Amino acid sequence: MAAATTTEPTRRDMLFIANGAVAAVGVGAIAWPLISQMNPDASTLALASTEVDISSIAEGGILTVKWRGKPVFVRHRTKKEIEEAASVKAADMPDPQSDAARVKKPEWLVVVGVCTHLGCVPLGHSGDYDGWFCPCHGSVYDTSGRIRKGPAPRNLEVPAYTFISDTKLQIG
Amino acid sequence: MSGHSTYVPKSALGRWFESRLPIMGLIHGSFVVYPVPRNLNYFWTFGGILSFMLVCQIVTGVVLAMHYTAHVDYAFASVEYIMRDVNWGWVIRYTHANGASMFFIAVYLHMLRGLYYGSYKAPREVLWILGVIIYLLMMATGFMGYVLPWGQMSFWGATVITNLFSAIPLVGDAITTWLWGGYSVDNPTLNRFFSLHYLLPFMIAAVVALHVWALHVTGQNNPAGVEVKNVERDTLPFTPYATVKDGFALVCFLIFFSWFVFYSPNYLGHADNYIEANPLVTPAHIVPEWYYLPFYAILRAIPSKLGGVVAMFGAIVILAFLPWLDTSRVKSAAFRPLYKFFFWVFVAACLGLGYLGSQPPDGGYVIAARLLTLYYFGFFIIIMPLLGLFETPKPVPASIADAVLAKNNSHAQAHS
Repeated sequence: MAAATTTEPTRRDMLFIANGAVAAVGVGAIAWPLISQMNPDASTLALASTEVDISSIAEGGILTVKWRGKPVFVRHRTKKEIEEAASVKAADMPDPQSDAARVKKPEWLVVVGVCTHLGCVPLGHSGDYDGWFCPCHGSVYDTSGRIRKGPAPRNLEVPAYTFISDTKLQIG
Repeated sequence: MSGHSTYVPKSALGRWFESRLPIMGLIHGSFVVYPVPRNLNYFWTFGGILSFMLVCQIVTGVVLAMHYTAHVDYAFASVEYIMRDVNWGWVIRYTHANGASMFFIAVYLHMLRGLYYGSYKAPREVLWILGVIIYLLMMATGFMGYVLPWGQMSFWGATVITNLFSAIPLVGDAITTWLWGGYSVDNPTLNRFFSLHYLLPFMIAAVVALHVWALHVTGQNNPAGVEVKNVERDTLPFTPYATVKDGFALVCFLIFFSWFVFYSPNYLGHADNYIEANPLVTPAHIVPEWYYLPFYAILRAIPSKLGGVVAMFGAIVILAFLPWLDTSRVKSAAFRPLYKFFFWVFVAACLGLGYLGSQPPDGGYVIAARLLTLYYFGFFIIIMPLLGLFETPKPVPASIADAVLAKNNSHAQAHS
């Protein structure tokens, strides 16, 4: 039988692979800080909560507060708005969610005021459902901040928030 | 094509230097004796115009950076400071801002020239792809430059464009946060855009060098679309013929450019960008700079977030595949009657998309944008490959010299 022609791995092959592995780790170690420096730093991450006095918001009014550089809408909903949001069937919506799952107290709706399409700030009390309308690309949200029409894929985001008292709200 | 250099330095110092760094010989070979096809028309002058515009943007930009402050609290005011207080600041900034538009006008004519005369076809595929890369870098540079004055359009343009990346499944939101350096477009974003806006033009300059290198390997295409066969008969030396023609075209272009700078400096901009950025209020109608409008129309024509983003980037990336999508053996549209027709419809579709991109996205505008988007992609994916099979091209001249002589003879007959 003819001898197999595969050559034995030599010490040089071993050195070659080891060298390459170390070089790859080195390149990765250099690239990591260069890429990571672009992410938000600890001081930006720390600006995570805002307190809001909601006693001044009349029924039907929307207060816009800045949280993490973005607007947050605090909407004091009227009876009619609550009813409209609660009575409609959520199953047919692009991002089905019940109104109850989006609020802690029915009269207070707290949502991030950033359209989930491309980030514009929607206009309150407008659009077919009297919720919000985004002027950039025509997304329509209802009085629960749910997407009903237009290109946005998701409902307006509900941030983490707690009621500190009846008139004080902490966002974040 | 470039051939051997015939450069002989005249002085002893020149000979001493040339034997150590033959750069004068390289310049002589590339821009003096370099043979250019003798039938080039004025559409071949935009390469020179574009080189000039790149230098113009770098010079005015470096100067502006000496007075600009990349901070959300000062950026808007520092631009007004340039306009009102800095000596000649107004003309430098208007030249830079309008220069960007002129750069894009020139690059679009340059690209359409390539598309009409088949300049992307073998052996110029790499040359063409380098051009597509330059175009992408130009778009990124222009976008980031528009953010720097920190007006309302700057801010909301930056918000919409960076949010495009959030359409990427799974990692989209992480990528957007990484691009912003925070939870929204803010000071870190402005700072890095300034840094990159300063960097990218030099990367463009490097790719331009590769583009010119690739051009000088294959030689220029020409209106007849036939390759140089006999350097004596078919070509002329770059200097003085192309140098003077490029120079004349550049002067005409600069008159057009100056008209905008001195008589209509804000015509191509948007009034809302003279309102300082406000993260809590979106302008009623946001539009990008005019040179992005056709792609913006494509983005909005697709009724899905991810789909729109993919179509928009796809509309640019598809250009890189042109050399293989076009199956015709004939390069120049002058000898392709059907292609010529579809080409002009394509130009009309691009202009139409540009108009629709500036209009609000509802009703008939969206339907029209969908039809034109369909044609845009259909032109590349369906029409181009099929035309090569079904079109009967007109007879192509045997050589560049023959094309020139045939043209001159027909002129002579018409005049007699």
